[in-house]
Amino acid sequence: MHIPTMAEWQAKGEMPELLYWVGCAASFDARAQRTARALATIFSRAGIRFGILGNEESCTGDPARRAGHEFLFQMMALKNIQTLNQYGIHTIVTSCPHCFNTLKNEYPALGGHYQVWHHTQYLYRLIREKRIQLKPVSQAALQSVTYHDSCYLGRGNGIYDAPRDILQALQLKVVEMAHHRSRGLCCGAGGAQMWKEEEKGNIRVNIARTQEALATGSSTIAAACPFCHTMLFDGLKHAGKEDEVQVKDIAELVAEHLA
Amino acid sequence: MMLVQQILFIALLVYAITRFSRQVRKIRRNVLLGQDEQITGSRWKRWKNVLLLAFGQKKMFRNWIPAILHLFVYLGFIIINLEILEIILDGILGTHRLLLPLLQDIYPVFISAFEVLAVLVILACSIFLIRRNILHVRRFEHPEMTRWPRQDANNILIFEIILMLLFLTMNASDQALQLKHYGHYHAAGDFLITRPIAEGWKQFSPALLVAFERGAWWLHIAGVLFFLNYLPYSKHFHILLAFPNTYYAPLEPKSQMPLMESLLPEVRSMMGLAVENEPQQVSPPAHFGAKDVFDLSWRHLLAAYSCTECGRCTAACPANQTGKRLSPRKIMMDTRDRLEEVGRNIDANGQFVDDGKSLLDYISEEELRACTTCQACVEECPVSISPLGIILELRRYLVMEASRSPQEWNAMFTSIENNGAPWAFPPDERAQWAAEL
Repeated sequence: MHIPTMAEWQAKGEMPELLYWVGCAASFDARAQRTARALATIFSRAGIRFGILGNEESCTGDPARRAGHEFLFQMMALKNIQTLNQYGIHTIVTSCPHCFNTLKNEYPALGGHYQVWHHTQYLYRLIREKRIQLKPVSQAALQSVTYHDSCYLGRGNGIYDAPRDILQALQLKVVEMAHHRSRGLCCGAGGAQMWKEEEKGNIRVNIARTQEALATGSSTIAAACPFCHTMLFDGLKHAGKEDEVQVKDIAELVAEHLA
Repeated sequence: MMLVQQILFIALLVYAITRFSRQVRKIRRNVLLGQDEQITGSRWKRWKNVLLLAFGQKKMFRNWIPAILHLFVYLGFIIINLEILEIILDGILGTHRLLLPLLQDIYPVFISAFEVLAVLVILACSIFLIRRNILHVRRFEHPEMTRWPRQDANNILIFEIILMLLFLTMNASDQALQLKHYGHYHAAGDFLITRPIAEGWKQFSPALLVAFERGAWWLHIAGVLFFLNYLPYSKHFHILLAFPNTYYAPLEPKSQMPLMESLLPEVRSMMGLAVENEPQQVSPPAHFGAKDVFDLSWRHLLAAYSCTECGRCTAACPANQTGKRLSPRKIMMDTRDRLEEVGRNIDANGQFVDDGKSLLDYISEEELRACTTCQACVEECPVSISPLGIILELRRYLVMEASRSPQEWNAMFTSIENNGAPWAFPPDERAQWAAEL
């Protein structure tokens, strides 16, 4: 399957329904790439015409901004807004809560106004509108899964229900961790921590969070952010549980349940 | 004799209020040392926040037990203050229970309600003291909670208990005198809590009871006026600033960082973009980000004075929970301490004289680096304080002006600039994930 870039759509003189903003993690990180592939599969199954920016996509500037480099952030933002506006993009779906927050909340002040969806919101809409068909209850049904709230989705943007509603639609039993929803414990990656060693402490944040996830006894930890995904997987490896328990993005779970 | 008491009372009242307003003006001056910031967004939403969060204590109820206890003290404070009104009028006019003839039968109902609240306040404050000093509730046990902050919290609780005991003593001796039909102590009806006590106190001589009544009356109102003047030096100032702070708190999503508009013209011109509609007279900022309290928005400084050091932020902070040095509460306490230091400097010198210090002498780089920007601190604060906002402004200074950032971050910045990604992968590999589809 070939995924057309916006340049290719433009060359054909057509406008796709949406732009899938892939983000750095889903572009380059092997585990997060699965999320991108799952989403592409779901979109095409639903008959959605979508494009990507390919090599024209750049970092939104989020990690630079959170680290304190506002200058670099503004450079990246203005560059991306130029690209997006040049293609006349109006709808963006992204699989990264950090890209989501930046595109949705922080680009308008710089002249970038788009309708931005996080993939959990968009997938829930597809399910609700029956644009994708899900498998009937299988033996996998009623398997328990715990959902890890991403800070930038949950506290940041109030998206707590869409991911959980999807898991319910997949007939999975959601078991909550000790800290969830607005009390959710961070995975430890935000604020540009992903790109540096953690400061000195008693325990790593991702290990603490993974312990909470393991305490639910679920065999699957559902994530909605590529960085949470990495942090939790590292936490599982640290606990020696990576063979018993899996971390999966909500998009991967949906793709697995497609009829 | 009465006239002497009246004059003494008026002098005390005027002194206390003058002194208090002088302290409040100083705090206002300190807050306005911060950067000017336009307040935008719906006024209605702001009032709604004041009603729900400050008046309604909505966020407090994320944690039921302290919420209920705090509600007792809060209601006690607001409602018993109605009685202070009568006490002040009595003091000025030389009357005794001025409102009794006006309210007649309803009067004892009001006083009984105040008395019930007074008992609840004593109960709640006692439990709070136990939680802090015997149970050692974890969020009160952090390195920043030693010495003055610990003492301050205990002072407030003990003081509130004393004030309520004085209020009850005053009423009990008054009721006993009423039972004896003594002097101007006219029957005011039965007060729910102090009437039974008065039955026991009837055995005391009228002279002793008058001494009790007058003594408690004076100590109570003098205590209230002292407490008023204690507020500006204490975390207890939150009882006033919670209201403006919830009003002025940002309405934007917690994850949204404010744009540094002062940088924009330079960034645009560097990128060869037209600097459209940018007012040319934008003066460059004193600092990129914040090095000291002067560089922070006045809203952050108001927040620092609104903080009551409850530590809900720190208890929820993932960095703090995992043993890092960062404590969001300490960020607010440090900001206030530094601001107070700057204020004393201005008091002493007429204007601020460089003391070679800054907020970064209070808050270390290690603390600032530990933040994951997860917004749990902002979410938890009952009065909408954002320690995160201050952390991010200080980070801006460290990176953009002081060029102090970890090596790995420098590598990340370079990568973003050169490859358009925080990792050193070339843009042409961006679509490779789709190759396996």
